[in-house]
Amino acid sequence: MKSKKTLGGMAGIFLEEHQVVAAAKRVRESGFIKFDAISPYPIHGMEEACGIKRSGIPYVTFAAALFGMLAGLAMTYYMSVADWPINIGGKPLFSLPAFIPIIFELTILFAALCSVVALFVVCKMPRVDPPTIDKDLTSHKFAIFIPENDVGYNQEQVERLFRELGAAEVKKMAEY
Amino acid sequence: MSEMKRAPLVLGNKTLKEITDDICEPVETIPSKEWVALFLGAKTLFIFYILTIAVVVSTGMGLLGVNSPVGWGTMIITFVFWVGIGHAGTLISAILFLFRQKWRTSVARSAEAMTVFAVMTAGIFPLIHTGRPWLDFWLFPYPNQRGPLWVNFRSPLLWDVFAISTYATVSSVFWFIGMIPDLATLKDRAKNKIRYTVYGILSMGWRGTAKNWSHYEMLYLILAGLSTPLVISVHTIVSFDFAVSNLPGWHTTIFPPYFVAGAIFSGFAMVITLMSLVRIGFPKFKDYITIDHMEVMNKIIMMTGLMVGYAYGAEFLIAWYSGNDYERYVFMNRALGPYAWSYWIMIFCNVVAPQIFWVKKFRRSIPVMFVASIFVNIGMWFERFVITVTSLHRDFLPSSWGQYAWSMYDTFILVGSFGMFFTIFLLYLRVFPAISIAEIKPVLHVGKEPGGHS
Repeated sequence: MKSKKTLGGMAGIFLEEHQVVAAAKRVRESGFIKFDAISPYPIHGMEEACGIKRSGIPYVTFAAALFGMLAGLAMTYYMSVADWPINIGGKPLFSLPAFIPIIFELTILFAALCSVVALFVVCKMPRVDPPTIDKDLTSHKFAIFIPENDVGYNQEQVERLFRELGAAEVKKMAEY
Repeated sequence: MSEMKRAPLVLGNKTLKEITDDICEPVETIPSKEWVALFLGAKTLFIFYILTIAVVVSTGMGLLGVNSPVGWGTMIITFVFWVGIGHAGTLISAILFLFRQKWRTSVARSAEAMTVFAVMTAGIFPLIHTGRPWLDFWLFPYPNQRGPLWVNFRSPLLWDVFAISTYATVSSVFWFIGMIPDLATLKDRAKNKIRYTVYGILSMGWRGTAKNWSHYEMLYLILAGLSTPLVISVHTIVSFDFAVSNLPGWHTTIFPPYFVAGAIFSGFAMVITLMSLVRIGFPKFKDYITIDHMEVMNKIIMMTGLMVGYAYGAEFLIAWYSGNDYERYVFMNRALGPYAWSYWIMIFCNVVAPQIFWVKKFRRSIPVMFVASIFVNIGMWFERFVITVTSLHRDFLPSSWGQYAWSMYDTFILVGSFGMFFTIFLLYLRVFPAISIAEIKPVLHVGKEPGGHS
């Protein structure tokens, strides 16, 4: 984990939901692109304010669902028809209607589990000891973080911007 | 345009911090005497249950009342009962989420937990019912040295293996994913190292950045969308265990919708039972799980109760209309035969008792709804008893008729399973936040000041 260079930056801490949404909008308009907003709950309108694109997880879900469906079909076909065909009650070896529940359940199972894995990948989770900007960010405070490698990053300027936007506290973070 | 006034979802003028404090309190304080008393009771029953299972497994299924012709007994009845209980949890957490029913927020976490624990409790029964639970891995299609001999994919019982295991997996994942942000909250509030480490590991490094929330909300929506057909498929497949056979009383097409409605009905009753207790045990939760929430759930109980009642009537009508003597006999036998008492307990508890909810005063009275929910729970257990036992005990040839030989082990297994369920549920209440902290905050202003948050 230590191989990666730690990335510092400035964090502004806000006490009100509307402040942080407005701040995110302003920070974005000021030309920053790598900033992130941190909040204890999903905020309505935050994605637009930060310019976040729609999540790509649904594509993973669809692909996984398709794979699960085909895997279910292949499994039932291989086991009941190809590998060891057994005549059960004179029913056709490839009794597709009877296989549908199995195929359906596998479709759902693959889709759900792969979507969860996708979330973990895109959110870089699990992560050991993520740096804490403020312990209250998971309870009742909000923050905007601008990393030092962002376009036009200047510590004083960023600090001034945060103050202007009504930040209750501005913190310099050595690690993000 | 006049707008319909909505009742507030959270009572009192709470700040975000107060919400966090209120919900984290049961996890971070010494348990109350009431909790300890309930836990000791449940745990004792759980230990008793484990011992009963040990005796049944080591001696054999003969200890239970199953015999010929009644080859399915308490194990299957109670299995269907517990799986059904679980369904309301998924309905609240997934289906009501898709319908944007914001009131679901405060009960979703506990209902989802109820689902997971009910399915855990349920899953044990068919495994023991096989008679040789140490060979239960045979239920899964794995490469083996007997051919390989594969499972029979045409059997509803095998569909059940897939349905229940998928349901258990997906519900657990859905529940846990929903909890990750709250676990991070608990981690950040931790006052000691152990607590910090445990919740730190469980929260998996969640930080709540806007990008993460965006993905997270998408995943939540997807899981809700996947759970919705899943939950319907699960009880449909459970009903196929019965409906696909040729037995009069089981072989009906009404079974899938009838089972799903019954499952939601019994599950909501269990949610009411549990939430009434939670409201007593954690008085602060009364501001989140309000009487309004309970009233809405009581309305659902009444509605699904009517659906179940309709199904009972439709079954009778179709039995008569089919002109099939055996089918007609099974239904007359249910209502008037040796097991008529169980049939009328079912009718009273499921169809008559929920009708008190037509009266608003009763819908909003905790003692009334608690008693009614117990009635529904009993009634729904008896529904499965009626379906399973009365159909099996007298089918085609009178020479092969018989009675179910209920033994004390049947009672022990049934009662003991509640010990398992309540032990896990009580532990959950103290280890995880019982209301979703991150989900309740965005609905804080619903129904409060005019024109508030969007």
